[in-house]
Amino acid sequence: MGLLQNTAVPPRDRLERSFTAGDFIVILFIVALLYVGARLAFNAPAFIEGPQISLEPATLPWYTLLSVGRMLAAYFLSLLFTLTYGRMAAYNRRAEAILMPLLDILQSVPILSFLPIVLLGLSAFLPQRIAAELASIVLIFTSQAWNMTFGWYQSLTTIPKELREASAIFRLNAWLRFKRLELPFAMIGLIWNSIMSWAGGWFFLMAAEIFTVGSKDFRLPGLGAYLQEAANQGDFRAIAFGLAALITTIVALDQFVWRPLLAWADRFKVEMVESDEPPTSWFYDLIHASRLFLWAGSLFAQANEKFDHWMIRRAPIQADWKENGSKLNWKLVAFYVLIGIFILYGGYRAVEMLFSVPWLLWGQIGVGVLATFLRVSVSLIIALLWTIPVGVAIGTNRRVAAVLQPIVQVTASVPATAIFPVLLFFFINMTGGLNIAAIFLMLMGTQWYLLFNVIAGASAIPQDLKYTSALLGLSRWERWRTLILPALFPYIITGAITASGGAWNASIVAEYVHFGGQTLFATGIGSLISQATANGNYPLLLASTLSMIVAVVLVNRLFWRRLYKTAEEKYRME
Amino acid sequence: MATNTSTTPLLKLRHVQQIYTSGQRRFTAVQDVNLTIFEGEFVALLGPSGCGKSTLLRIITGLQKPSEGTVLYRDQPLRGVNPHATIVFQTFALFPWLSVFENVDLALKARDIPAEIRTPRALDLIDRVGLDGFETAYPRELSGGMRQKVGFARAMAVEPELLCLDEPFSALDVLSAESLRGELMELWTSGSIPTKAILMVSHNIEEAVFMADRIVVMDKEPGRIIAEVKVELPHPRQRKSDEFQRVVDEVYAMLAGQTESEAVELGSAPGEQGHTRALPKIAISDLAGLLEYLAELPNDRQDIYRLPEELNVDPNHIFSLTEAAEILGFAYVEKGDIILTSLGETFAEASIQARKEIFATRIRRLPLFRWLATLLSHSENRALDWDVIQTALELEFPREEAEKQLDTLINWGRYAELLSYNDDRELVYLETPLPAPQSVR
Repeated sequence: MGLLQNTAVPPRDRLERSFTAGDFIVILFIVALLYVGARLAFNAPAFIEGPQISLEPATLPWYTLLSVGRMLAAYFLSLLFTLTYGRMAAYNRRAEAILMPLLDILQSVPILSFLPIVLLGLSAFLPQRIAAELASIVLIFTSQAWNMTFGWYQSLTTIPKELREASAIFRLNAWLRFKRLELPFAMIGLIWNSIMSWAGGWFFLMAAEIFTVGSKDFRLPGLGAYLQEAANQGDFRAIAFGLAALITTIVALDQFVWRPLLAWADRFKVEMVESDEPPTSWFYDLIHASRLFLWAGSLFAQANEKFDHWMIRRAPIQADWKENGSKLNWKLVAFYVLIGIFILYGGYRAVEMLFSVPWLLWGQIGVGVLATFLRVSVSLIIALLWTIPVGVAIGTNRRVAAVLQPIVQVTASVPATAIFPVLLFFFINMTGGLNIAAIFLMLMGTQWYLLFNVIAGASAIPQDLKYTSALLGLSRWERWRTLILPALFPYIITGAITASGGAWNASIVAEYVHFGGQTLFATGIGSLISQATANGNYPLLLASTLSMIVAVVLVNRLFWRRLYKTAEEKYRME
Repeated sequence: MATNTSTTPLLKLRHVQQIYTSGQRRFTAVQDVNLTIFEGEFVALLGPSGCGKSTLLRIITGLQKPSEGTVLYRDQPLRGVNPHATIVFQTFALFPWLSVFENVDLALKARDIPAEIRTPRALDLIDRVGLDGFETAYPRELSGGMRQKVGFARAMAVEPELLCLDEPFSALDVLSAESLRGELMELWTSGSIPTKAILMVSHNIEEAVFMADRIVVMDKEPGRIIAEVKVELPHPRQRKSDEFQRVVDEVYAMLAGQTESEAVELGSAPGEQGHTRALPKIAISDLAGLLEYLAELPNDRQDIYRLPEELNVDPNHIFSLTEAAEILGFAYVEKGDIILTSLGETFAEASIQARKEIFATRIRRLPLFRWLATLLSHSENRALDWDVIQTALELEFPREEAEKQLDTLINWGRYAELLSYNDDRELVYLETPLPAPQSVR
């Protein structure tokens, strides 16, 4: 089960440590960055009106194309970021000490908190349309990049030693190493992470295409804006059309892009045995055998040969040993000093800004964090309650799997935010309706991580242990207690870490909604962040974002990582 | 050119040392190695696992920089990966996503050889190692022996002057290993490859005697060269011949034959003067199995180098078992034979409980074990944290080795019912008081 490749869970050795000075510097750095964004935001024009979003179904193909284009641009940005950032972290020990905690914390920053920095920062010096377009792409990027980077970093650091030695002894230069060693080794993980990243992008598409900051109203024509506008107006016909367009797009991407890619990437697996059930794709089989494909392949081979030759000439290998005790590089030192000054000054001003937040609001923030924490916990518990039995059924029973697997996959691929308005319609008139709906949205957005992990865990239970427990005549409950639950434990923890992180991030869209011409909000930290953005209250935005980051990081380090360590040490079946 | 060794030195090692430091402790992996490899020579580096022979190979090829000393290649100091050397790896190190042809081709492409020269050369080499028809196969479709043939084809494709073999046959089954050895020797002795010298790392004595012109014998703790043996038998060599057997026995005597006084044999306790002897990492059931096997043979003895094949286990494992049997006084080694002592015989025939008792009396003699027992008996509740003991052991062993040693100590102690270990709390307990443990301080 490839979804296990999900690497929002950092590698083991990083899980061993708790807080370091690096974490503190990183948090200060992000706070400084947010502060600069807020400063820039003050300079943005006071009033902006976006273009009208048409709810005419005929506009949907065009809107869909625009959204896919934005997603694609953001994805390539993520890919570029992943390849460079992951490489730096994997090959430079000093950089790693800062870059990995930074990444860890960046993924806990909710997407909306990046909004003022990128959008208003950009529109301070770019034409408004271009700024909005770029901002949208960057926002989607922030929902796509992190897990890919983790995955790539992890692959780079786990390449077998003998393959590295072989590349050195056969004098592969940086390019050939990338092309023939690093990329192939990381390929399968990279594709699975890309699939997850696209899912993340769809989830936050609505938040990334239509947003108001104070009296500045930004809209971008696109599928996300269409769905948002339809929900705003309570237009169910438009919601239905929008959903249909979205699901069609997602299914098409799955069939024409991801499945073929997975089928193709099967060659990159490292195991030295043939797999029983390699991923298949009818589309891949179709194009793979076509004449056009072969012709393109031969053209590509020629270009490839020329390009390799050029790259080999351009980047001769550095065969010499690195000298011990490298000399002080003044450029690097200057860079560190600059970063240091930025952190100190930005941090100082940010703290100043934080002090301007009244005590009453801090109280609200505290209550908000607690409320969101409760919601996240409840959604996790519900997810655990249903995913464990269902996941075990799918993972241990081929017939059940054959029926449920495709259903689960399609359902999981639909972004919960798009269905959210429909749900709201049912919950809205209940007491605490938004509360229930918010938990529901968190649940829908994150339960799949758990389910896929449980399936993987259940199918990995060794057959002989199952036979043994049957031979011992263990009762159903005893079997669960002594075999199934312990065997699942590491998988459940891995899934729960991702799910919990996702649920916190989802709170910004779950706790604050525009629906049918009114704005609904529940008590919670996500809701505070959304309100602060909508009202252009930057000190509040900074304060609530910081609180959320600290809450998420604390929960991760103090709770999840300990469980993860126990799981790895005691329950791993290897 | 291959069989007549010239006097032109190809590679020289001058006072090469490899030292790893962990915390305060320095661990010498390779100590003061001086070695010259001449053109036309086939040299084998032979020694038990952990003697630094693989490290030495990595230093020779420039994959690793020695902590001290110089590597001269054609009298020029090496400053990075040696462009004239290649390696055939023990684990093949083929790229699983590249076909046989692409794996060989890649090595040539990296040297920027144009496709019209590259392709025929790669195909020719694949043909020569006998993989004609498998060009488009992927490594996972091939058997171990065939994979290693790809490894050889790749290494020879770049026409190295120095071909390094890192235990190339040890991951193969007996038959493939034997045929591959023969094929390599044919290529080498016929002079049909431009290779100037071959350096092979091995722990298989017979293999080294079969192939090499010169055998460099290494020992561990610290890794160093202890002897050199010239093998002047003509190729192809006859394993069954008396001369061959004589050389094998001679080499074996060098590797394991030295009998040392008990103090040296058992080593000293950690913190004491002298060297603490590391315990071999073996399972007691395997040791018991070996002793039982020997007890059923005439005269309770056997040629050690025959055992791997007879018992179908790795030669390294046999060495470790032999070492353990010697330390515990169950057997001794003489001229390449392992011979059961009467205690070993008793152990082999004893019941489970009696075996435990014999074992307990034997391990109480070991300074390392006595040290641990004293440490525990002076502690609160006669128990100590795993970490505490490991830290103490790290004064004597490098980190990883300390962990392994402690693991072995606990395993042996548990078998002897002298120690117990709680995995949840990571606590090591002393079960029964030792009869008058000597002061270790």
